[in-house]
Amino acid sequence: MAYDYEKYLRPGKLPHIWCPGCGHGIAMKGLIRAIDTCGLEKNNTAIVSGIGCASRLPGYMDFCTLHTAHGRAAAFATGIKMARPEMDVIVVGGDGDGTAIGGNHFIHACRRNINMTYIILNNSIYGMTGGQFSPCTPTGAMASTTPYGNPDPTFDISKLAIGAGATFVARTTSFHAAQIDKLIAEGIKHKGMSIIEILDDCPTTYGRRNKFRSVIDMMKRLKDIAVPVAAAGKMTAEQLEGKILTGVLYKEENKPEYCEQYAKLIAKAKGA
Amino acid sequence: MAKKVALMQGNEACAHGALYAGCKFFGGYPITPSTEVSEVLSKELPKIGGKFIQMEDEIAAMASVIGASLTGDKCLTASSGPGISLKQELIGYACIAEVPCVIISVMRGGPSTGMPTGPGQSDVMQAKWGTHGDHAAIALAPASVQEIFTETVRAFNLAEKYRMPVQVVYDEIVGHMRERIEFPEPGEIEVIDRAKPSVPPAQYKPYDTSFGDVPPLAAFGTEYRYHVTGLNKAPDGFPTTKAEYVDAEERRQVRKVDGEVGRAGIELNDEYLTDDAEIIIFAYGSTSRSARYAVNELRKEGMKVGLFRPITLWPFPEKRIAALGKQVKAIVVPEMNLGQMNLEVERVVKGACPVLHLGRVDGEPINPGQIMDKVKEVK
Repeated sequence: MAYDYEKYLRPGKLPHIWCPGCGHGIAMKGLIRAIDTCGLEKNNTAIVSGIGCASRLPGYMDFCTLHTAHGRAAAFATGIKMARPEMDVIVVGGDGDGTAIGGNHFIHACRRNINMTYIILNNSIYGMTGGQFSPCTPTGAMASTTPYGNPDPTFDISKLAIGAGATFVARTTSFHAAQIDKLIAEGIKHKGMSIIEILDDCPTTYGRRNKFRSVIDMMKRLKDIAVPVAAAGKMTAEQLEGKILTGVLYKEENKPEYCEQYAKLIAKAKGA
Repeated sequence: MAKKVALMQGNEACAHGALYAGCKFFGGYPITPSTEVSEVLSKELPKIGGKFIQMEDEIAAMASVIGASLTGDKCLTASSGPGISLKQELIGYACIAEVPCVIISVMRGGPSTGMPTGPGQSDVMQAKWGTHGDHAAIALAPASVQEIFTETVRAFNLAEKYRMPVQVVYDEIVGHMRERIEFPEPGEIEVIDRAKPSVPPAQYKPYDTSFGDVPPLAAFGTEYRYHVTGLNKAPDGFPTTKAEYVDAEERRQVRKVDGEVGRAGIELNDEYLTDDAEIIIFAYGSTSRSARYAVNELRKEGMKVGLFRPITLWPFPEKRIAALGKQVKAIVVPEMNLGQMNLEVERVVKGACPVLHLGRVDGEPINPGQIMDKVKEVK
């Protein structure tokens, strides 16, 4: 049965800018299904992004949408959420946007545990600018600025989020389309900072340089490296070599949510 | 009833001016010599249900302010020197996306870390040209504690009226000195709120110029759903590279401030004994206080000297300075930098009279004696 995606889209703004084979569209559809599942109101929901391919997503969505500057989405979103805690705030962006130029904003939004859902589309490259290496480009991989192979170690975004204090952290891939909306929906329902990392691919700027013969090959890789958290417990370290864990990686219910904390502060200030 | 008076520091007066203007959100980051603005608002905002947040850095502080402003709140940030440099990226965003907000810039010495506890006036060009790209700028330059209060209120009014970032720039001396302040009663100073859309949500375009050079701004979280971007955009708010849209947008955003109609509502000057003056001292901030003293002393000596004090620094008071340039023998520009606003004076007088600069950057204020000596150099 066809799903009514158009209800949440701005049809006049399509087609989107993403290349054939890009996983961002799969993630956007997952986000729409999650929003529908959670019953978010269009007028009461802000979708905020930074700069890059992933950050063009809000423009297609019929909500209050804010396409900010490179890396700054979490900080803009924090302002919206603080000013209007009753609004639902969703942040979308790429790996370079979120963890390089926006790394500081990312970790501090996690630390505050402000009630937002941050969907990070990790295609391990700066796609829009033509394929420069990001903090998530595998060591040794080829990018337009690593002609001798990438010398840098990588970030594990989910671990970064857990370490920084986010209280819901989940990961999946664009191959696991059905899992995307479930995890995003769980993140939206969670009270606190939710990070949903979605590994996807950039065939145009990453695949071609790294000997992937087709988008299907890239998709197969995502399928092969993903190991559900539950299954990982039964696997040896050797078997887990080169794999990534998927599903809900971390969930904590007891850490106070930032806007609720601030509401208490207001009550205290008014009483003082 | 007697007015409420207090002995108050400039930065504290700034915070109280913001509250008078209806500020509901402050996003900041600690930096000398502007921190007291944050400290007062961290205490006062929650009392009225407002929000204070100390962000992880200066850029984030500016971002939070823009985000909160889009929900309809009046928003403020405050910083100094290098902090203002960091904010420039998103000051540009607020310019192109046309989001009202107020930025307090308390000036200290030097580029980079410089002299954090010393006064300076070297960020006045930054207030105009700090962010990249063509854009209009509004910057106000109070010279007393009382005026910091009233100019902060005016900054909010202009931000809301012109739908853009407005800076209040003052040197550390004005920011940290304590003076008598008389608090205006509510309603005594006009408080302006941004224009709200009058069209139904389906017809709303955030950059619809049929409403004039400053289109109404809807609030996030209402029935008006729209898109905001830092890209050049069409009237509907969505990105475009169409030459006619880009050109019209860029020109309108500059015209709304620098055009004749815009300027008329923004320019504010204080003139002291300029009518018969043969020499004008152009000074702002704490330097203007030394200049006023110098004028009085020089008048006693029989010299016809007057003071022109721009309270609005940007847009620059072009017409009035051009006229004075034709009236006087010379214009003397003392400022705590190595030459900034004097360049504007020179540009505007177009050689009609000499422009003498008196710069001081050693962290000490410019004293009246120095200004008097400079005036006496005029041939």
